[in-house]
Amino acid sequence: MIELISQHPFIAALLALLMLGLVFGATLGFGAVKFAVDGDPIVDQINAILPQTQCGQCGYPGCKPYAEAIANGDAINKCPPGGEAGIHELANLLDVEPIALDDEHGVEDIKKVAYIREDECIGCTKCIQACPIDAILGAAKLMHTVIVSECTGCDLCVEPCPVDCIDMIPVATGTRAWKWEIPDRDPSHNANIIVTDNTNNQNGHAA
Amino acid sequence: MALMRITSPHAHNKQSTSDVMKLVLLATLPGVLALTVAFGWGTLINILLASIFGLALEALALAARKRPIAFYLKDYSALVTAVLLGIALPPYSAWWILLTGMFFSIIVAKQLYGGLGYNPFNPAMVGYVVLLISFPIQMTVWAAPIELLPASVSVPNLWDSLLIALGFMQFPSVDGFTMATPLDLLRQNNALMIDDLKQQYSQFGQWGGTGWEWVSLGFLVGGLYLLYRKIFTWHAPISMLLALALMSALFYDGGSSASSGSPPFQLLTGAAIFGAFFIVTDPVSSAVSNKGRIIYGAGIGILIFLIRKWGNYPDAVAFAVLLMNFAAPLIDHYTQPTTYGHSKKSKS
Amino acid sequence: MNKIWDFHGGIHPLENKTQSLTKAIVTAPIAPQLTLPLSQHIGAPAKPIVQVGDQVLKGQCIAEAVGPVSVPLHAPTSGTVIAIEQRTIPHASGLEDNCIVIEANGNDEWRTRNPITDYTQLDKNTLIKIISHAGISGMGGAGFPTSIKLNTRDDIAIDTLILNATECEPYITSDHSLMREYADEIANGVAILAKIIKPTKILFGIEDNKLDVVDGISAALAQHDFAALTGLATEAEVITFPTKYPSGGEKQLIQILTGKEVPSGGLPAQLGIVCQNIGTAVAIHNAVCLDEPLISRITTVTGDAVNQPCNYHVLLGTPVEFLLAQSDYQKNQSARLIMGGPMMGFALANTAVPIVKTTNCILAPTEEELPTPPPAQACIRCGMCAEACPASLLPQQLYWFAQGKELDKLEEHNIADCIECGACSYVCPSNIPLVQYYRASKVDIRQRKVDHQNAELAKERFDARQERLQRLEDEKIAARKARQAAAKLAAEQRGKEDVKNAAVEAAVERVKAKKAKGVQESPAAKESENQANIIATESDDPIARAVAKRAAQLAEDAANPENKLIRAIDSAKQRVSKSQTRVVDAEANNDENLAIFKQAAEKAEAKLASAQQALIDFRAQSSAQE
Repeated sequence: MIELISQHPFIAALLALLMLGLVFGATLGFGAVKFAVDGDPIVDQINAILPQTQCGQCGYPGCKPYAEAIANGDAINKCPPGGEAGIHELANLLDVEPIALDDEHGVEDIKKVAYIREDECIGCTKCIQACPIDAILGAAKLMHTVIVSECTGCDLCVEPCPVDCIDMIPVATGTRAWKWEIPDRDPSHNANIIVTDNTNNQNGHAA
Repeated sequence: MALMRITSPHAHNKQSTSDVMKLVLLATLPGVLALTVAFGWGTLINILLASIFGLALEALALAARKRPIAFYLKDYSALVTAVLLGIALPPYSAWWILLTGMFFSIIVAKQLYGGLGYNPFNPAMVGYVVLLISFPIQMTVWAAPIELLPASVSVPNLWDSLLIALGFMQFPSVDGFTMATPLDLLRQNNALMIDDLKQQYSQFGQWGGTGWEWVSLGFLVGGLYLLYRKIFTWHAPISMLLALALMSALFYDGGSSASSGSPPFQLLTGAAIFGAFFIVTDPVSSAVSNKGRIIYGAGIGILIFLIRKWGNYPDAVAFAVLLMNFAAPLIDHYTQPTTYGHSKKSKS
Repeated sequence: MNKIWDFHGGIHPLENKTQSLTKAIVTAPIAPQLTLPLSQHIGAPAKPIVQVGDQVLKGQCIAEAVGPVSVPLHAPTSGTVIAIEQRTIPHASGLEDNCIVIEANGNDEWRTRNPITDYTQLDKNTLIKIISHAGISGMGGAGFPTSIKLNTRDDIAIDTLILNATECEPYITSDHSLMREYADEIANGVAILAKIIKPTKILFGIEDNKLDVVDGISAALAQHDFAALTGLATEAEVITFPTKYPSGGEKQLIQILTGKEVPSGGLPAQLGIVCQNIGTAVAIHNAVCLDEPLISRITTVTGDAVNQPCNYHVLLGTPVEFLLAQSDYQKNQSARLIMGGPMMGFALANTAVPIVKTTNCILAPTEEELPTPPPAQACIRCGMCAEACPASLLPQQLYWFAQGKELDKLEEHNIADCIECGACSYVCPSNIPLVQYYRASKVDIRQRKVDHQNAELAKERFDARQERLQRLEDEKIAARKARQAAAKLAAEQRGKEDVKNAAVEAAVERVKAKKAKGVQESPAAKESENQANIIATESDDPIARAVAKRAAQLAEDAANPENKLIRAIDSAKQRVSKSQTRVVDAEANNDENLAIFKQAAEKAEAKLASAQQALIDFRAQSSAQE
C-alpha cells in the first residue's frame, strides 16, 4: 500500500488532499457546533440602535423586523424617530456612508407623547390593543390613560380611537431640556454653501 | 443696542489666525534679508512671484469651491505658503518652476484636502518635493554666494533678476554664477577629509557654508521672535535641532571622509534652522500635543540626518517633514494627555 | 506653609477688578417688585406654599423644597404675593419659568427670628437642618444645595475643608469685597462648617491678587478654636497662590491646594475633601447665628457701560435693570449684558430678569471692551487650546468630533470632564466658539443615553407584550386541542356511563338545546350547569374539567345573545347622544375639532344602526327557527 502510494505521486497527492479536507472539514464542523452563536448578533446590534418606538413607519411590523431587514440589505434611512443621529449610528455600525432620511417614511419630528382627553374616552380599549408596548392603562368601559414615561410617541393609538380623543402632544421643554445648538458654521458661508457640505459634516468647515 | 445672546466665554485674547500668519511673515524678514545679502535678489523675486501665483491659485480654488474668497484670503495662509516655498527654492527660479510648485502647494496639497486646517501635509514642502523630483537639475542649481563670485561676474540687479526669473534673460554666466552648495559638495566628495574640502572649496565657511551661516542666523532670530510671541511652543523645533545635533555628533569622527560634518555644520547649513522654525512648526500638519511635538520634531531631526548622510538628496528637510506628517496622526494617538481625573493619582 | 501645586493649562486674561473695588459695598434699595424663580439651584424646583394675594414677611418661607435635592425659597422683604407665574429667568436660554412675584410694601418687616446663641451646642444634623431650611445653595456659581454637600456619608472621613475665595474670573469682586468687610462672618461660617464636617485641615484658598485681605481673614480665623470645635487637632490656614484662570474651579482649587485630582465623575468627598464658597460660609453664619435665611447676596455691577461700578448688597429677586440703574447704566453703550463673569457668565435676554442666589456679577461691557466675536475661521490645529485646557483635554479634537456629531468619539475623549471654563475659546486664534460645541454635544450625549434607556424599556415592554399575545394564542390552541381530545375520549367512554359524565353530558345537552331555542336561561338549567361546574371542578380528570368549563361558557354565551345585542344597542345609543352633544358644544364654542367630532358622531350613528340591524336579524332568525 505504502509502496503503491510512493510509486504514484498522483495518488499521494489525492490522498493528501483528501486527508487535509477531512481534517479541515472536521475542524470547521467542530467550530460550527462549539462556537455557534445564538441569534443574529448584527440584528441585535442594529435593533439596539433603533429607537424601539415600534411605530411601523419603516414599513415593517416593529423595530426588530426592520433590524432584520437592514441586516439583509435594506436601506438604513427609513426610521424617522431614530432620525439623523440614528442613521449616523447605523452607518457607523455597518460601515456604510450615512444617507439622508427617506422622507417617504416620514420626517424627523420633535418627540411627542400620546395624551387621552380623558373625559371623552369611552373605554373602548381599541387604543390599548393598538399600543405596541402596553403603555396605555384602562379597562373596558372605563377611562384609559397613557403612561407618559413609557410612551414612545409612535401614534399607533391615534387612528383606532373611535372618538378621536387621543392627541399627540410635544414633550414639554423647559430650561432643563434646553440646550445650545452646534454653532452655525461661518456666517459668510450661508449664502453659497456647497452641496457636499450637507452630506458630509466633516469637510464642511473647510477653508 | 439690542442685547446679544452668545455663549461664554465673552472675553478673547484678541489674537487671530490672521495675526499669527502675519507674525510668521514678519519673522521671515531677517532670514530673507540674509538670503538677499548672501545670494542677491533671487529669493525676493521667488517670493514675489510665488505670492502672486499663490494668491491667484487660492482665489481660483475658493471660487471653484464656492467659498467666500476675500474671507479666506484674509487668513494669509496662502501667502505664508508662498513665502516659505519662495525661500526654499533656489534663488532666480524660473517662473514656471514657481507656478508648478505653488499649484501643487495650494491646489493639490491644500485645497483638494479641504483647505486650511485640513491638509495632512505641509503644502510648501509638498510643492518643494514635487519640484525636486520633477526638475532635479533646476532645483539643485543654487546661486553662488555673492562674496565668492569672481570679479568678472556681476550680480544681476532687481530688474534683471525679475527678467531672469521670467525667462527673458539668461544668467550672466551659468558656470560662474551658480555653485554647488556645501551639502552637495559633502555628498559628492567621499574621498576627502572635511578639512581638505574646506580648503579646496570656498563655499565652506567658518561653521557652516559661506553665506548660509548668516541665513541660518537670520531665520533663528525670526524663529526665536515667534517663540517669544508664543506663536508656537519650543517643543518641535528644539527637539528637531537637538536630534539633528545629536545624530551628527554621534556620527562625527573628527572630519574623516565618511563623516557628515560637525553638529554646528549640520545645523547651520542647508535648511535646518529655517525648517525647524518655519516648517516643523506648521501646526496643521504636525502633531498636536507637546509630547507629540517633541517626538515629531525629533523624528524630523533624525530623518534629516539619515537622508543627508545616506539618502540620494543633499538636503532632507522637506522629505523628513513629509514623512513625519504621515506619522503625526499616529503620534497624536499615542500621546494624548491624561485628562484631569483620569490619572493614576485620582484612581488611588 | 502648605505646599501648593499647579494645574495644567490656564490663562491670564485682563483682570479688570479694580473698577468695582474703589467703593465699599453699597446696600441696594428695595425694588418695588421682586421676582423669585422657583428654581435657583441644581435639583428639583421648590413648590410654592403661598397664594396670590398673601401677605408675606421678610424671611418667611414662600416655597418649600421638593424631594432630597432641592432648597426652599424665602421672601426677601415684606409685601404681597402678586403673581405666581411664568417669567423670564436668568438663564442662557432666555426661557420663562415659574416665579413668585412679590410687591414690596416698603416696611421690610422681619418675621420672628430665633437666633441661636451658641451653635457649638448643636449637633451636625441640627445644623444641617438649619442650613437646609435657610434655602442655602452654593453661591459660587453652580448652586448645588449646600446641605447635601455637607451631609457627608459617615463611612468616608472628611479630613480637609477647603474655602474657595479664589474668585478667578475677571471683573468679579463680590467675594473680594465680602472678605474685606465680612471677615468675622466668614470666619464664623467656617467655624460652623468645621463643627459640621470635623476636618483635620481647613485650607482657605486665595489668589495672590487679593493679598490685602489675607491679614484680616487670618486674624478673624484666629479668633476661633477649631480644634475645640472638631475635637481634633484642626488648624485653619490661609493659602495664597499665583493668579491664574480658572484656579477657582473646584477641581482646580483642590489640585492647587492638595495636589489631588478628583476622579472623573466622582466627588471631592471621595478624596476626603469638602469645598465651600466663602459666600456660602457667610450665608451659613446668617442662617445659624441670626436665623436669617438666604434672601440677599453681594453682587458686583461692573463694566464700562456703567458709570459707577461697585458691589451691592442686594435682595434676591431684584430686577437687573433696577440694580443697573443704581450704577448709572448707559444703555446705549452696552452691547450685551452678562450675568456672571466674562469667561463663564451668560448673556441675558433682557434687563428685567432678577438677581438670583448664584448671581455674583452683572457685567455690562461696551463693544470696545468685549467686542462681538468675528466669524470663526478654520481650525489650524495650533494646539493653543490644548495648552490652555485646565482639564488636559484636546479641545481641537473634541471640536472635530462635535462638528461630525461623533458622540462616541467625544465620550472617548472625555468630553464629560470639560468644565466649560472657556479657556480654549479664549485663546483660539480662529475665534471658534469651542465651548458652545461642547455644551451642545454634552446635551446630545446625555439625550442619547436617555433615548437608549427609553428604547431599552420600550423594547422590554414590546417583547413582554409579544410574549403575552403569544401565550394567549398558545393557550387558545391548547384549549382547542384539549377539547378535541376530550371529545374523542368521551366517544370512547360513551359505553360506561358514570355519574359524573352523565351530569356533564346532561348539562351539555341542555345547553345545546337552549342554544337552539334561543330562550332565556332557566333556573333549572343554571342549576344543572352549576352542578356540572361543581362536578367538573371536583373531578380529578383535567379533560373532564376542561370540557365542563367550556360547556359552561357556551351556556352563558348561548343564553344571552339577545341581551348582548340589546346592550350593544344601548351603548351605541349612548355614544351617539354623547357625540351629538359634543358636536353641539363644539358648534357653540366654535371648536377647531368640530369636523372630527362630527365624524365621530356619524361613526357612532352608523354603529348604532348596525347594532340595531343585528338585533332585528337575530330576532328574525330565531323566530324563523321557532
